[in-house]
Amino acid sequence: MNVAKRTFDAVIVGAGGAGLRAALQLSEAGLRTAVLTKVFPTRSHTVAAQGGVAASLGNTTEDNWHWHMYDTVKGSDWLGDQDAIEFMCRKANEVVVELEHYGMPFDRTDNGKIYQRPFGGHSMNYGQAPVMRSCAAADRTGHAMLHALYQRNVRANTQFFVEWMAMDLIRNDDGDVLGVTAMEMETGEVSIFHAKATIFATGGAGRIYYSSTNAFINTGDGVGMAARAGIPLEDMEFWQFHPTGVAGAGVLITEGVRGEGGILRNDAGERFMERYAPNLKDLASRDVVSRSMVTEINEGRGCGPDKDHVLLDITHLSPENIMKRLPGIREISIQFAGIDPIKAPIPVVPTCHYQMGGIPTNYRGQVVVPKDGNPNSPVVGFYAAGECACASVHGANRLGTNSLLDLLVFGKSAGETVVDDFKSGNLMLKPLPETAADVSLARIARLESQKNGESVHEVRLAMQRTMQKHAGVFRFDNLLKEGVQRILEVAERAKSTEIKDKSQVWNTARTEALELDNLIEVAKATMISAEARKESRGAHVRDDAPDTAERPNGRDDQNWLKHTLWYTAGNRLEYKPVNLKPMSADVEPIALAKRTY
Amino acid sequence: MSKRTVQFKIYRYDPDKDQQPYMQDISVELEASDKKLLDALVRLKVVDDTLSFRRSCREGVCGSDAMNINGKNGLACLTDVDSLAQPIALRPLPGLPVIRDLIVDMTQFFKQYHSIKPYLINDEPAPERERLQTPEDREELNGLYECILCACCSTSCPSFWWNPDKFVGPAGLLAAYRFIADTRDQATSARLDNLEDPYRLFRCHTIMNCVDVCPKGLNPTRAIGKIKDLMVRRAI
Repeated sequence: MNVAKRTFDAVIVGAGGAGLRAALQLSEAGLRTAVLTKVFPTRSHTVAAQGGVAASLGNTTEDNWHWHMYDTVKGSDWLGDQDAIEFMCRKANEVVVELEHYGMPFDRTDNGKIYQRPFGGHSMNYGQAPVMRSCAAADRTGHAMLHALYQRNVRANTQFFVEWMAMDLIRNDDGDVLGVTAMEMETGEVSIFHAKATIFATGGAGRIYYSSTNAFINTGDGVGMAARAGIPLEDMEFWQFHPTGVAGAGVLITEGVRGEGGILRNDAGERFMERYAPNLKDLASRDVVSRSMVTEINEGRGCGPDKDHVLLDITHLSPENIMKRLPGIREISIQFAGIDPIKAPIPVVPTCHYQMGGIPTNYRGQVVVPKDGNPNSPVVGFYAAGECACASVHGANRLGTNSLLDLLVFGKSAGETVVDDFKSGNLMLKPLPETAADVSLARIARLESQKNGESVHEVRLAMQRTMQKHAGVFRFDNLLKEGVQRILEVAERAKSTEIKDKSQVWNTARTEALELDNLIEVAKATMISAEARKESRGAHVRDDAPDTAERPNGRDDQNWLKHTLWYTAGNRLEYKPVNLKPMSADVEPIALAKRTY
Repeated sequence: MSKRTVQFKIYRYDPDKDQQPYMQDISVELEASDKKLLDALVRLKVVDDTLSFRRSCREGVCGSDAMNINGKNGLACLTDVDSLAQPIALRPLPGLPVIRDLIVDMTQFFKQYHSIKPYLINDEPAPERERLQTPEDREELNGLYECILCACCSTSCPSFWWNPDKFVGPAGLLAAYRFIADTRDQATSARLDNLEDPYRLFRCHTIMNCVDVCPKGLNPTRAIGKIKDLMVRRAI
């Protein structure tokens, strides 16, 4: 079959925050860039972020990047790489101020500066008290940010391929990345995007779980494509369960609600977080709050007829403040919980929210894999940023507002690295193999001809229920072992999905089948990596690795202070060291310690 | 709500096989947890995977699932399915070319949005830190910046139906005023020049369908009125 080829200096897959930020760097440097996105850019899931973006601007309370770095390393339960974390925290002010210059409508303090609010796990003076670090546009920060970034790209004349779904990564025999194949959704036609540099910014895969704050589009496309092309996935056992999803609906209620003074209560009306985190209370980090909530529910102190959720109470805040700072939350509560939070508390439950792991990168945005004894050898021509990537700044648990920061810092950094590599002549257009599009065409041909196959909906549901039951907030050895078997069975079923829709035009059944292939890679990586990690760390907490004197928080630093690398071929696991050394001599390594809030 | 069956009449058209569009009668059994119209559409797609529509965030911020619901534009994810008279009539957004089923070609809509230069223009050298803006000046942007580009407004506007190539439409004009109203933007005069035309701005006849349908509760007509005021003021 004849496949159209398009040639660019760079191709970016994904047009959420990270993709758009990277695109700006490339467009403004004059590189011929194609941005592929399966939805119109402003529909990307960055749009749903609410509470803010972290930067130690110190507009209201004293702050500095050292404190931010400490909080992030501690939040990561020491699994984050300290060079990347230093890089991110030092860059935060620069990228947030840039965004303001692009036109982002941040809320303002009385003296006209960017408004900042407290957020979970962010503290002043190394854990002493909450700090106001989250730069916010009401509770619509992601929306304001995504639109500002898109608008800046309109100004920069960035070339978008809207409603094109990337299908497979193209590599040559040396393992260099040469671009991607992609399908135009309106026509069903597959093209090759041949480029000197390929940047993945495809977001997370929260849809592997049954109950998720994530959008339908969050199917881990880049992560799946990378895995199928032989790139290992890093630390995929670490998934963030956000404490406050609307019970039943899964829709996100920002931590900013607690930043503005909201309180979590059990069925007795007790502010139970005082027992679990005496210092930061409701603003402890997310893994801690989610576990505390599940413990309350498991011990019979949940709310409602089924005692299956807790309450998020802001009825003590002034209606004016709620209308000004949390208007979107009020809309969501009315729409999805049927209550007005000015008058009654919101029923909430921990809900899958964020993928800490992903495609391994360094802080320059280069994808790195083990090669010739170097655990972090860059893959020529391949870069990644945002939730699909693992730099790793979030380690075992991400702090709220560090995700929007991640996509700005590393979107920009990946873009800068590509521009540098391009200008120094390090990037070449390498010849395409004859077989460049074969894998993608075979996937489509299989879907065309599959008979007596499995329903995409049923397989996806089986995957989501398996993940929810076997790899949830608390993890158990027997459930994980059984989960590995179950997910491998589901993966087998996914090989014979069948769709009834055979149209070439906007065939969403086909899109969903292709997305399922990506979700399955992520689900396998998660379950297998989780089963293997025999300790508790951050969001990965096993009942057989409890908090003891020798092993604070159940962490086993002796054996498990290392990054997981999962390869899809043979479901092989490897490990690589955590970088405990900061980027510069300006800061001492943050020493391992017990995590308390 | 418990399990119940809901009746639909849905606009169907697949250019690969249909000579012309038709209305399909179809019903689906909903689970107790299915509350929104989008939940019902997702349920319907399990029964018939050829039904095509856009959707993403399912919470009213991405703007993907705008459609014409019982004659009125809205977002499927923010519409309570039980509030709708049955059979629930679903059609693609009016006035734009239909690609397939409930999916329209939004090229013209975005062309108009892009035509107003939807980005901050300030050619002064950027300061080290943020540009300052008082909370009062920032409040001027409320009701403007929240637009999700779903196109419910522009595709409910008769003036946009008649002149989609010449009239900017409510969404684009709301965005135009969002930048005019921003104290950091320096291009007000050029922005007004860009709209000084019998069609681009002045085809708005304050029919106010846009206000009636906006799923975010925004008021494009008021923003358009403010632009018209500025036009008049600079003329005298």
